[in-house]
Amino acid sequence: MISEELNNKRIAVTGATGFLGTALVERLLRSAPDSELVLMVRPGRRGAQNRVDRDIFRNDAFDRIRHTFDSSDETFEQMCRRRVLAVSGDVGLDGLGLEPGGLAMLATCDVVIHSAATVSFDSALDDAVEINLLGPMRVAAAMRAAAAARTEPTRGGLKADEPAHLIAVSTCYVAGSRRGSAPEELIDESPFFVDAAWEAEVESARRVRVDAEQASRTPERLSELAKQARRSLGAAGGPALTDKVEQLRRQWVGEQLTDAGRARASSLGFPDAYAFTKALGERALIETRGDVPVSIVRPSIIESAFAEPSPGWIRGFRMAEPVIAAYARGLLKEFPGIPEGVIDIIPVDFVVATILAVAARGPELGDDETPKPDVVQIASGTANPLRYGELVDLVRSWFNDHPVYDEHNQPISVPEWSFPGRGRVVRQLGRARKSLDLGERVLHVLPLRGRQADLSADLEERKEQLERANGYVELYGAYAECEALYQLDRMYKLWDSLDESDQREFCMDPRVVDWQTYVQGVHLPSMVKQARLKMAPGAGSSESRSTRLRRQVLSPERRLAVFDLENTLIASNVVASYAWLATRRLNTTDRVSFTLKTLREAPALLSLDRQDRSDFLRYFYRRFEGAPVELMARDSREMLSDLLIAKSFPAGIRRVRQHRALGHKTLLITGALDFVVEPLRPLFDHMVTAEMTTTNGSYDGRLTAVPPTGEARYQTLVDFAEAHGLDLRQAVAYADSSSDLPMLEAVGFPVAVNAETKLASIARRRGWLVEHWQKSAGAPNRVLPIGPRARRSPAFDRRKAPA
Amino acid sequence: MNRSDPRGKAPRPGFVLDVDKSTPPILFHHGEQFRLEKLPAGRSRVIYPAEPLAGLDDPDEAIRQALLNPIDEDPLPALLWPGMKLTIAFDDLSLPLPSMRQPDVRQRIIEEVLDMAAAAAVDDVHLIAALALHRRMTEAELRHALGDRIYDAFAPQQALYNHDAEDPDGMVELGLTRHDEQVTMNRRAAESDLLVYVNLNIVSMDGGWKSTATGLSDYAGVRHHHNVATMQQSKSFMDRHCSELHHSNWRQGEVIKAHGPRIFQIETTINNNTFGYDGPLSVLQKREWEWSARDRATFIGMKNALDVTPSAARRKIFQAWQAPYELTSVQAGEVEAVHERTLQNVFEQHIVPVEGQTDVLTFGLPYICPYNVNSVMNPILVMCLGLGYFFNLYRGKPLVREGGVVIMSHPTPWEFHPVHHPSYIDFFEQVLADTTDPAEIEQRYEKQFAYDEWYIHLYRNSYAYHGVHPFYMWYWGAHALQWLGRVIVVGADPRSVRRLGFQPASTMQDALEMAADVVGPRPSITHFHNPPILMADVS
Repeated sequence: MISEELNNKRIAVTGATGFLGTALVERLLRSAPDSELVLMVRPGRRGAQNRVDRDIFRNDAFDRIRHTFDSSDETFEQMCRRRVLAVSGDVGLDGLGLEPGGLAMLATCDVVIHSAATVSFDSALDDAVEINLLGPMRVAAAMRAAAAARTEPTRGGLKADEPAHLIAVSTCYVAGSRRGSAPEELIDESPFFVDAAWEAEVESARRVRVDAEQASRTPERLSELAKQARRSLGAAGGPALTDKVEQLRRQWVGEQLTDAGRARASSLGFPDAYAFTKALGERALIETRGDVPVSIVRPSIIESAFAEPSPGWIRGFRMAEPVIAAYARGLLKEFPGIPEGVIDIIPVDFVVATILAVAARGPELGDDETPKPDVVQIASGTANPLRYGELVDLVRSWFNDHPVYDEHNQPISVPEWSFPGRGRVVRQLGRARKSLDLGERVLHVLPLRGRQADLSADLEERKEQLERANGYVELYGAYAECEALYQLDRMYKLWDSLDESDQREFCMDPRVVDWQTYVQGVHLPSMVKQARLKMAPGAGSSESRSTRLRRQVLSPERRLAVFDLENTLIASNVVASYAWLATRRLNTTDRVSFTLKTLREAPALLSLDRQDRSDFLRYFYRRFEGAPVELMARDSREMLSDLLIAKSFPAGIRRVRQHRALGHKTLLITGALDFVVEPLRPLFDHMVTAEMTTTNGSYDGRLTAVPPTGEARYQTLVDFAEAHGLDLRQAVAYADSSSDLPMLEAVGFPVAVNAETKLASIARRRGWLVEHWQKSAGAPNRVLPIGPRARRSPAFDRRKAPA
Repeated sequence: MNRSDPRGKAPRPGFVLDVDKSTPPILFHHGEQFRLEKLPAGRSRVIYPAEPLAGLDDPDEAIRQALLNPIDEDPLPALLWPGMKLTIAFDDLSLPLPSMRQPDVRQRIIEEVLDMAAAAAVDDVHLIAALALHRRMTEAELRHALGDRIYDAFAPQQALYNHDAEDPDGMVELGLTRHDEQVTMNRRAAESDLLVYVNLNIVSMDGGWKSTATGLSDYAGVRHHHNVATMQQSKSFMDRHCSELHHSNWRQGEVIKAHGPRIFQIETTINNNTFGYDGPLSVLQKREWEWSARDRATFIGMKNALDVTPSAARRKIFQAWQAPYELTSVQAGEVEAVHERTLQNVFEQHIVPVEGQTDVLTFGLPYICPYNVNSVMNPILVMCLGLGYFFNLYRGKPLVREGGVVIMSHPTPWEFHPVHHPSYIDFFEQVLADTTDPAEIEQRYEKQFAYDEWYIHLYRNSYAYHGVHPFYMWYWGAHALQWLGRVIVVGADPRSVRRLGFQPASTMQDALEMAADVVGPRPSITHFHNPPILMADVS
């Protein structure tokens, strides 16, 4: 009996935070209630125990077992504390990065299930090598060391120097891209085996990393990256740009390594770096295992659960899902593959059952009664094949009945799939991407804001989806075109050895799967939920998200709300307020010539503003040289109505007031001049503005300090928060331009208001709240911000302030 | 006698037309546009206003005579002496509607008063726009109402200005009424030896003690009658003797009489010559079956031109219209006696006797109401004009039966003037999104808006109505909201209408069918053909 066998054992699991690992842990806790577990996880920042609690036990897989504790004296958490031990370790490090206590813990285990792997199709070659290739070997080495250090017998009765049983999870695809039968044999027993020395591959992969890092730092590359950063961020200021360049550089290195992995894998006949490193990992393990008894379990493509812990349960966005989601969204019109080809997927609970059956059985013994490595495959392709064409029909007809809705609440009709060759699809996607690229570049140079800028963010998102789809096509195509038939002889031998109750409890026979029920009744409903596809018209998920974000922003716990002025609260700018003030006392002829002059200068000013906001302000404010201080103050009071309030965004003003009403401190940081915004003072608790020095009662056109824009704005905010003892993580910042990025990034709750193109796409990508605030419909609409002429203004003539 | 009417005929009184098959389509005002609606024959009637009464031949002389021969009061010159403190308060921008051609009645009167003051060597004179919680008047608006001469003589000395109800040093409390209502007044006015109040009584609601008790007061004083309970007890607030609003103001008047300054009240009435006897708009004050071919052509041309004009330009065109109103009477002296005389004169122009109530009452709402001069008629003002002013233009009982339906015609765009109506925007977006029940609104939100510092800042320093003002707009309709079974707005932005708690309809036909759901099939219909202004005396 499987559960009885496992009940008196202590079992270590690596990769427990993954899809398969979580399912394994759940099944062991539920079906072998006396077993004990040691979970080896990367500690992260929070430590191993915390990660186990948060990343494993909070998963909905445990809902079922959690329920069984409803009427028990012991809570689920108490049970976990009693039976589960967390050990920090990392299969990517030699010695697994174990502390001495960790090794002792490993020594108490009877079985080690190694399911940690990097399965992502675009993981860097060296990462894949460290984890997939060297990982199993390192686990075996640690197990030997643990056995040697063992002082007392394990629960299952292993004594000192008796290594535990290692079950390494691999993949069927280690057989490589080939047609025909792929039996359950060790890699090097296959006639198609190409002998690549794993040591050489390890060394080469590490060197590729070093070379790519080197190449990323050449002056040409760096200047190219700097150009790219400026394109995407605009005048965001030095620190933000350098950050971006560094981020782009790392990304570039990553891409080099992904490409290198793909190329090397395909040169050796593997669909991707994952299969390739897994294959060499098996070899390395067998070669170096010493006396560790090893069993290898090779699943094909693992998909959502058939029945355990609940039908359709899945963790994470798996390989097929992005493709299906892209198809349902109408993004992917075609997908390569041969309709009669077999798509080999296997529900996760079947894989779990196989692994547990192997664990219960123990190591396979050879003729000499010593443990001998064995391989068990668990796949569906031979016993109960799902044809690619059949899968496509099932998916298509399901989405016909359950369409995904677009942002206009229109159902998206899924395209007819035509099974083209892979090359055509890749070309098609390439073309689509090129046109999107062009569109994006055009939109980025246009001075767009708010909803129009959103268009560009839309386009960008579309491009990203397309790129992702493209990646999946490239990779997954290899799998879809893979025509190997994975033999299940050993699996069935194992199956036949189980008694009736085990067969009922631990089903691993793929023949029981009715594909239509599985795909349409189990997998797709769960997948669309997981992928958060919009399955009903009405308020979309984006709507509810902004409502949620707005609630967070307006939560009483926030302490500080900081606002930019121009285009965030008011549709105006320094040029407009200058023009208003300057023309207020001009006669008609002078007004016309002033207007013409300003219009002539506009392009130059605009371009200076794009380069550097502070330089622009310094240059522009020179114009105020000689303006009488008192007159400016008086005219500004009139400008409050005629320009500031007339062009204000009422929703923005309301937001400031909402923050105040909630007891948040409100702060205005603007590059506008102090006397211009002075009439807005009652709106804010504090204002930080640009200020000019004065001589003899007149402004001299020079700023007293760096105007608070860009990084200076960020610094102003930081200083302010410090002076007032405010936590920036509890602060909300509103701004409209990518030059405000440093400030937005500094706070816990950034809000992009009427964002210009670059900020719009950044905000979209980072999931920030985006607000579209508009001038009041009914606001007086003037093309030029020309001040109404002061008529024989008595107050002005008499040079006397109003009483 | 009718000096200005080119037809030289005596003006005809208002009357009620029973609609039959031969009745042409009836004019409905519709914001900055018009509609022609065919009303169902046999069960519809149209109430027409009286034609403009004759204006006074020599207004300036009439004014002089009124000041020299006041009612129950000494002649004005007798009340003036050197070294005295004289304050002249005058009605603000909300009167008349639309603004009148220059010279404005206020200018004529104040010039006369100033001449007498000058003759008496009075040199401490202040002029105050008695705007209570309305927005400040701009320089241009003050110049229009008073003329450049007065403006240039007084504004530079800070002797001509807008009343500021939120000036912490600018208000005094005069005492409590016998109902414990606070009475507050502008400090300068209260501490004057004589307060001359210049009224423009366009409807019967205006004038009397309301001028000083409300116009020169603040939130503390006004809230005792500007509230839901009072407005629901004012049936109607256009009928001074049946209006709780006025009773409260009159009680405050008792306190002013006892503890306030001496008051010399001047009230004036104007005729119904809103759109002129000739010119493009004159057709609007003619009866449809009397339209000449030329009138028809003008009207169709105007309507088509407006259709293709952008809304901002349309607004500008309409707001630029200045009515050629003529002064029909002026009376001065003791407040209450003067006001009784004024009421008679107002009623002479406005009252139209109507027999019996109706199931469905229809209004065509024009582009202007007291609170959007040179501004935007936002949805809240649409409600106020329809259910506040138009609904209450009755004496006796409401034109529409209890549980009946009002159908109003106005485009009701979701538009607000950001400078003039900032608190309206928030009222619409926040308060009305939550509830439209006046009592609940009053109880939950009024204080918050009234004491809001930002609104107070804008009221004092910009050109904004006070934060509490949109509440008053809503209370103005409280009596109608209580009385009516349903309110339907034709040809309006459905979003705004629903926010107001009313029902949108795209055509009059649809609206009448929707009304039938409430009042039953084949209801009686009455169209209130206003403006020019009329007041129904319902028996």
